[in-house]
Amino acid sequence: MSSQFTVTVNGAPIVVRSATTVAVAMAMAGQACRPSVSGEPRGPLCGMGICFECRVSVNKKPHRLGCQILCEPGMDVKTDE
Amino acid sequence: MSRAVRQRFDLLVVGGGPAGIAGAVYAAEFGSRVGIVDDNARLGGQIWRGASEAGSAASKWIERLQSSSARVLHGRVFQQLEPRVLLAENDDSIQELSYEKLILATGARERFLPFPGWTLPNVMGVGGLQAMVECGLPIQGKRVVVAGTGPLLLAAAAYLRQHGAEIPIICEQASWADLARFSMALLAQPSKILQGLQLKRELAGTKLSPNSWPVAANGMSTVESVTISRSDKLETVPCDYLACGFHLVPNIELPLLLGCQIQNDCVRVDDFQRTTVAEVFCAGEPTGIGGVELSLVEGEIAGLAAAGRIAEASSLFGRREKLRGFGRSLDRTFQLRTELRSLPPPETIVCRCEDIRYSRLRDHASWREAKLQTRCGMGPCQGRICGPATQFLFKWNPDSVRPPIFPVRIESMAGFKHDSTFELCEPTGGR
Repeated sequence: MSSQFTVTVNGAPIVVRSATTVAVAMAMAGQACRPSVSGEPRGPLCGMGICFECRVSVNKKPHRLGCQILCEPGMDVKTDE
Repeated sequence: MSRAVRQRFDLLVVGGGPAGIAGAVYAAEFGSRVGIVDDNARLGGQIWRGASEAGSAASKWIERLQSSSARVLHGRVFQQLEPRVLLAENDDSIQELSYEKLILATGARERFLPFPGWTLPNVMGVGGLQAMVECGLPIQGKRVVVAGTGPLLLAAAAYLRQHGAEIPIICEQASWADLARFSMALLAQPSKILQGLQLKRELAGTKLSPNSWPVAANGMSTVESVTISRSDKLETVPCDYLACGFHLVPNIELPLLLGCQIQNDCVRVDDFQRTTVAEVFCAGEPTGIGGVELSLVEGEIAGLAAAGRIAEASSLFGRREKLRGFGRSLDRTFQLRTELRSLPPPETIVCRCEDIRYSRLRDHASWREAKLQTRCGMGPCQGRICGPATQFLFKWNPDSVRPPIFPVRIESMAGFKHDSTFELCEPTGGR
């Protein structure tokens, strides 16, 4: 049941299994989720939708919680601005 | 485009973890019209997370919920519209949920403490990293230092090892004496002994070091090593991930918003899990950190009491009392040692949302003053991470909460105006 598909992370294709979250796809691509207000790279901390560190842009919608959204085929994920 | 959805329930349950599921199942089986709302992609809360293992207690409970008449809703509750009406939102709808009775089963989160480098990518919570692996993160062959305090450390280390991670060391801040006392207390809990023995087998060969804690995570763009204090000596351990959390804190923002009385940072409840607000019950970790079995029995009692089955609910008091003993021993064992207050040097970031450093906070008298002067705790997480940290570091008391208790889309605040624009509505904080 582990079908695989491709999503785009900061322009590069990443193959993920189904039921993979967007935050995991970012980590697999070695990309930070967002720059902090003073410009530090940040990635997920709590993994459960509390800390808001995994905010990313998903299909051009900014500030989405990467740890609570599942990847879908062809999804376009970018580091948040 | 968002839809506005209005639904009415006899009983609404907020939180789809063990306590919420048990409450919803019991009330639904006695004929109440029940709704249960949760913001995660899968049911089961942080502890079960969808429960893929067939035949497990988790999957049995989830199946029981799914075959009950309870309606499962996906959404995050962010505000009270009027008495007995809550607002929730998800990607494609804004939900107006009205109820006669309410069970709050909002669970707990990890407590994080700031130290140099804790903001580096790949430094995560203990449960946080486990959640990431459960959601597909490949961990095979990765070196993970596990650190902090609480029973989660061992459980997560066993899980990560099972999935191929290498665990160079588990750093537990509690002392051997505390851990030994804790093991003795477990003897009163047969099910916990079995879990303990299983963990011991799964962690054979892994180094568990008490009196130990991380003092710095080192690396440029991601963590590369961790410096730990181990029985007063410093030691640096190379790693790919640092999983670090200091036990759990209850999620009490929604109970606070509804006016429930809080006692020792937990929601105050009576024998029937009733809060101080009429027709509002609370079950599971928000009433005190006690683990999954206690959460289940509290949920059962709340569900039965909400359905008016007082005799059935009373019959469970004895079981709950036994399990509460375990909760009390958790509190004693995993109390934070005072040395951890000196973990952050002045330049360490304490509030990760607003990048507020320790030096800007230490001279303030209270959480409220620090918020007003520095914006600490006023970013998107609304102090959920830095609040418990500053409570420990500076002994500040938590503040009241202001709606919305989570950042929401502007359209959700504007009240059902159909509009596809998606923006974060920054919380205003407790002014």
